[in-house]
This record gives sequence, C-alpha cells and structure tokens, in this order.
Amino acid sequence: MSRIESEVGKPKGGLMKWIDDRFPFTETMKYHVTEYYASKNFNFWYVFGVLAFVVLIIQFLSGIFLTMNYKPSSAEAFASVEYIMRDVEWGWLIRYVHSTGASFFFIVVYLHMFRAMLYGSYKKPRELIWIIGMMIFFVLFAEAFAGYLLPWGQMSYWGAQVIISLFGAIPVVGDGIVEFIRGDYSISDITLNRFFAMHVIVLPLALIGLVFVHIVALHEVGSSNPDGIEIKKKKGSDGIPLDGVAFHPYHTSKDLVAIIIFLMLFCAVIFFAPEMGGYFLEHANFEPANLLATPEHIAPVWYFTPFYSILRAVPDKLWGAILMGGSVLLPMFLPWLDRSRVRSIRYRGWIYKSALTCFAISFIALGWLGTQPAEAVYVLAARFFGIIYFAFFLLMPYYTAIDKTKPVPDRVVYHG
Amino acid sequence: MTDDDLDQIDRNRRHFLAIATAVTGLVGAGVAIYPFLASLKPSARAQALGAPVEVSIGSLEPGEMVRVLWRGKLVFVLRRTEEMLKHLGDNLDRLKDPNSEVVEQQPEYAANATRSVKPEYLVVEGSCTHLGCAPIKDFEVRPADHWTGGFFCPCHGSTFDLAGRVYNGVPAPTNLRIPPHRFVRDDLVLIGQDAGAA
Repeated sequence: MSRIESEVGKPKGGLMKWIDDRFPFTETMKYHVTEYYASKNFNFWYVFGVLAFVVLIIQFLSGIFLTMNYKPSSAEAFASVEYIMRDVEWGWLIRYVHSTGASFFFIVVYLHMFRAMLYGSYKKPRELIWIIGMMIFFVLFAEAFAGYLLPWGQMSYWGAQVIISLFGAIPVVGDGIVEFIRGDYSISDITLNRFFAMHVIVLPLALIGLVFVHIVALHEVGSSNPDGIEIKKKKGSDGIPLDGVAFHPYHTSKDLVAIIIFLMLFCAVIFFAPEMGGYFLEHANFEPANLLATPEHIAPVWYFTPFYSILRAVPDKLWGAILMGGSVLLPMFLPWLDRSRVRSIRYRGWIYKSALTCFAISFIALGWLGTQPAEAVYVLAARFFGIIYFAFFLLMPYYTAIDKTKPVPDRVVYHG
Repeated sequence: MTDDDLDQIDRNRRHFLAIATAVTGLVGAGVAIYPFLASLKPSARAQALGAPVEVSIGSLEPGEMVRVLWRGKLVFVLRRTEEMLKHLGDNLDRLKDPNSEVVEQQPEYAANATRSVKPEYLVVEGSCTHLGCAPIKDFEVRPADHWTGGFFCPCHGSTFDLAGRVYNGVPAPTNLRIPPHRFVRDDLVLIGQDAGAA
C-alpha cells in the first residue's frame, strides 16, 4: 500500500512555523492524527469509539442550548421543559436531540465495550485504557441519572428517590449520605438545583478530562485489532507498522461513512419515534412530579435496567445494593479475570465463545426484565440471568485458562 | 552547582522540609474544603420547613385514607375499620418485625399491636423502607393469597400489613416508619410533634 506524504510533514514557514515555535501543533497532529497508525483490518465493531465521541459533541451542543431556556427549580422545571417543547422555536428539536442522544450514547458505549470483550482489547498492555473507559462509563451513568431528574416529571422524581435511597443501604452512615446528596429531608428544589449543577458542569468536565486521557493512553500503546495481534511488532523499513494505516485520511474516511449512517438512524428516531415507545422517554414522565403517589409501574430508562434487574432480584436491601454495585464494577477487572493467552475471539476456543454468548443473552434479558413489573416470574427469571451474569466474570479466570486456543497469525488476516 | 556543593546538601533536612510543607498544605486544603462541603448540607431554610402539619380527620370514614406531606415526606392517615383491626393478628408469623422491636421505626407510644396512638387511626410514612417509593394501598382481603389487606410497593414488590409491618421475603428491611404525632382533638392530628413536646 502506498503511503501519502503527509501535508503537515512538509517544510514550512509563515504562520504555521510561527505557531509551531510556540505550540506543538504540527507535532501533535502528526502524533495523534496523520501519523497515528491503526490496523488496516478494522471491522464495523471499531467505529463505536468515534461514534461515542460524536454523540458527546452532540450532547454538549444540544445541552448548551437547552440551558438557555431551562429553569432548575421545582416550581418551574416541568413547565420550562414544556415551554421549550411548545414555544421556543425549534426547541422541540433541540430537546429531542438531547434526549435521543442520551439513549444513543449508551447504545454506542455498550457496543464499544462489547467490542473490547470480543477482541480482548482490554488485555495487556491496554488495561489502563479499559479502566479509564470504565470510569467514563460510571460518570456517564451519573450524568444520565442527574439529567433525568431535570424535567421534574413523575419518573424523574421517583426514579431519583429509588437511586438516592440506594445509598441508604450502607450501614451506619447511609442515612447521612442520603441527606447529604439531597441537601434536604426529601428530594426537593434544593436537590434539583444541585443535580442541575452536576449535570451541566461537574460531570461534563469530568467526562472531557477522562475522554482526553482515554485517547492519550490509547495512542501511547496503539489500537488493538480484530486479530488481537500487535502490529508494532512488524514494522517496515520506514519504521511504520506493516499492517497499520494512518488514522487520517484512511480511518477518518471510513469513520465518516459510519458517522453518516449513524446520523441517519439518529435523525430517524428524533423525527419519527423520539419517545421510542416509552423506552427513551418514559410515559409517566409527561406528568409533573407528584410527591403523593409513585407511578403504578416504575422502571428506570432502558440503559439502567440490566443492573436494576439485579437489584430487584435480591430480596434484601443491603445485598441488593451490593450486588447491583458489583455488577457495574465487575467488568473493570476484566484485564485480570481473563487468563487466556490470545486476545481475539477469532482464536479462542468454544468455551469463551459460549460464555460470551451467554453473557450477551443474559445482559439483554436482564435489561428487558428490568422494564417489566416486579412480579414473581420476572423476579425468578432475573435471578437466573443474574447468576449467569456474575458467573461469566467470576468463573472467567478458570474457564479462560483451560479453553483451547488456536494459533495466532503474525500479520493481520482478512475474513471474507 | 559543583559536585562539592551537592555534597554539602543536608538531605535529611530537605526531606523533612518537603514532608512538613506537604502536610501543612494538606491540612490547609482539608480545612478549606469544609465550608464547601458544609454548603451541601440541608440549609437553615430547609430545616425550618420541617414544621409539624395538622390533619383534620373529622370527616374520615372508616376504611378511608388521606395522604399529606410533612417535611416533603408522604404520610398516610388511615382510619381502620373493625374488620381491618381484627385481621392485624392473623399473619404475625409471616412478618419480619411483628412486635415493632426495631426502635427507630416508631415512637415508643406506637410500639404496640396496632402501631398507633388510637387503634382506629394509623399514621404512617408512605415511604417504602427499601428505596423510598410510595406504597400503594391494597385493602381488599384475599384469603386465597393469605392477604388481609395492606400496602404494596410498586417499585420492588415489598408488602406491608395494615399496621405498616413488613412481610418476610421482600426487599424492604423494616416496617414502615411511624412519624411522631399526637391528637390535638378527637378530629385533629398533628404530625411531626410528640405529646411530650407540646
């Protein structure tokens, strides 16, 4: 494959030189963009990182415009959201972009994480990228949760009631923590105000910082690939990995295709199904918060439901909270739980393939069960799938060690 | 700096000064952080809003229930019928805490068989002790399910009897909380204040 001489690599004078003498612009562009070499055999699973970044930008922009009209007070919040929807020019579009963006953020991030599990992207030397990524995931959870309170609808209020009460399960200090989070004896105007502050400044700042170090760590060790081999081990005479192509223009042009397809789907939802049948915007949230009555059927938004199912499956307050917390935290330890000598699913044996399939099925099943009422049969099913979920992680050191692996090639290969 | 100069350095002294500076800085940061954290506690206004509320119960029919807010918390006032009171003893073996032994869950004067000041009136916080949802009333007696009427939490399926006592095998750990309350008159109950404080 011929390599295009990088434009920014040419000798230069004028403005560019003036800047480069004062700020490492060209050097940074080369390191992170035009001379960052990623494997040439990326498949579609590798677009979700870029897509997550695209959604992040969409959320920042739409969120900024929402704050122009939103009022973070319990007396005005619900009405101000309705005002945005009805009276602000294009307000409905901006709000639907933001609410749909939240769900798409999680779709993309879950697929991005699953990619790492398919191809062992979290394995040495990329443990830190994975851990930073998990931290981004936790902050995203907090961000989505804080954002969901802001419309001050029925589900906003009672959802927040449940999640904040979870901290009350902590022995001794629990009740104090709950009061500290709320800043009041119940969820009130004060709580709404501080959740707004968390949602628009504290957590977005944390997200930017974490995304930055996520990418810096990635570019230090280099991207993984569907074969799970290190392309840096086979370099040409020019010192460039033989199986690598520059991020720009090669990967960027491929990513552009993915971004366009993604935006088509995104727009389709915004324009034709912004509520997504009550999954993206829950029906109960079209009623203002009523402190006197919990909605008959309460469920968190879909992206929380797999973990919510685990909470509900346990007939004990403290253990429910511990197991739910555990189910969110466990994936963080994947780099050390996975004892396999190969990274990619392509060269793993039937045991890991089956285990990962069971995991994916139970994750989706738990997600669906979490949207259903707390009836006995659903709770039993959630216990069954919850056990599979935990077994996938806790038994991993054992089954990945005994699983038969296939030999890994030296260079990347193409499949079909 | 020459090698000679380097030899003159008292490394112990440097080490001590570095540690002392770091510790002093950390203490300062710890002190400085307090006002910011304390600003997140319930404010004076939030504390002042916790005043008791009066509930008129003169027009409450037997079997009827009203919902009121005290400190932003939901409180149920239920006037129990003779039949409801009769059933309170039916399921004692299926309750986690039939004798109200968890002391934080009710004032001393409500730690009795009906968990109330007057057996007829149940004054109870409508906040599930699991994760704070408002339980739904389900007063219908269904002998087939061993259900003698009570409350059902829609969030995670916890069940309580008509004295707010939690059943076994549900996620809620304790009975519903009985708020401090007293009867000012026969038809007026004050929630948030004990007889002692009056």
